[in-house]
Amino acid sequence: MSLENRIAEIIVSRLNVKPEEVTDSANLKDDLGADSLDMVDLMMDLEDTFNLKISDEEGNTLQTVGSVVAFLKTKGIEA
Amino acid sequence: MSNLDATAVVTGAARGIGFEIAKKLISVGWTVAALDMLEEDLKRSAESLGENYRPYTVNITDSKQLAEVASAIGNDLPVVKGIVNNAGVTRDALMMRMSEDQWDLVIDVNLTGAWKVTQAFMRSLIRAREGSIVSISSVVGLLGAAGQTNYAASKAGLIGMSKSLNRELAARGITVNVVAPGFIETEMTEKLPEEVRGDYLSKIPAGRLGLPVEIAEAVAFLMSPSAKYITGIVLPVDGGLTT
Repeated sequence: MSLENRIAEIIVSRLNVKPEEVTDSANLKDDLGADSLDMVDLMMDLEDTFNLKISDEEGNTLQTVGSVVAFLKTKGIEA
Repeated sequence: MSNLDATAVVTGAARGIGFEIAKKLISVGWTVAALDMLEEDLKRSAESLGENYRPYTVNITDSKQLAEVASAIGNDLPVVKGIVNNAGVTRDALMMRMSEDQWDLVIDVNLTGAWKVTQAFMRSLIRAREGSIVSISSVVGLLGAAGQTNYAASKAGLIGMSKSLNRELAARGITVNVVAPGFIETEMTEKLPEEVRGDYLSKIPAGRLGLPVEIAEAVAFLMSPSAKYITGIVLPVDGGLTT
């Protein structure tokens, strides 16, 4: 499964949204309805799934689905 | 007996009020993860309460031990949907004579321990989008008591912690409440001198000490579906002492 699909799967299950809503430009809070607790939960999920640490500062920069994908790629995660 | 297929983590569950809480929760269908430092008491309680009482020997002030236990519970038991912060210690002394160690220990176990346990298990409630967290405070946290600046501070601290956590979690269908027992018949109050006991009794409108099972009943209610809309409260169970 591609990195994009794995991330999309996590977002769909955590935020309870439809897969087609999870586009690259979708904003996690404004478009997908994540509140602050959802964001923390999502970051912790990404940490567990991809076995990395996401600092609060890094977490705050992750606004869109695309930015999450790009961030994980900078951490050397491809799939 | 109903089976909720859900686990309640109860600290200090080897004896006293914690044991009664475990017993009551098991009777209404919970699996109880019983956390305590007292290994022998845990064993004895496990023998009397059966297979839904799962003992874990752990010092809740030790984050590493706690993480190991949390991981074991996550693997072995039904999903955690309840947390009961009951573990507590006293080290009484007038403040003039209280050592920093006495202060630190009581705060570490009663308040920081509750914070650590809640943090270790809350994610599974958030995931489930339901659950209950109940912390056992004390009337002493509301009224104060000479010789218990440490204990009263820890028990009042649980109230502030719970009310704040309630604001973080209520929208997830998770209730966060406090039960504040009055004077309860336990090993601790059994040892009181007769005149102190008499003094307590004279202040309790109900005219008697409470029973551990009466605390357990209140906790089980707050963790039941009947109490889904009750959150952020402090429920005194004290025979009218604080009213």
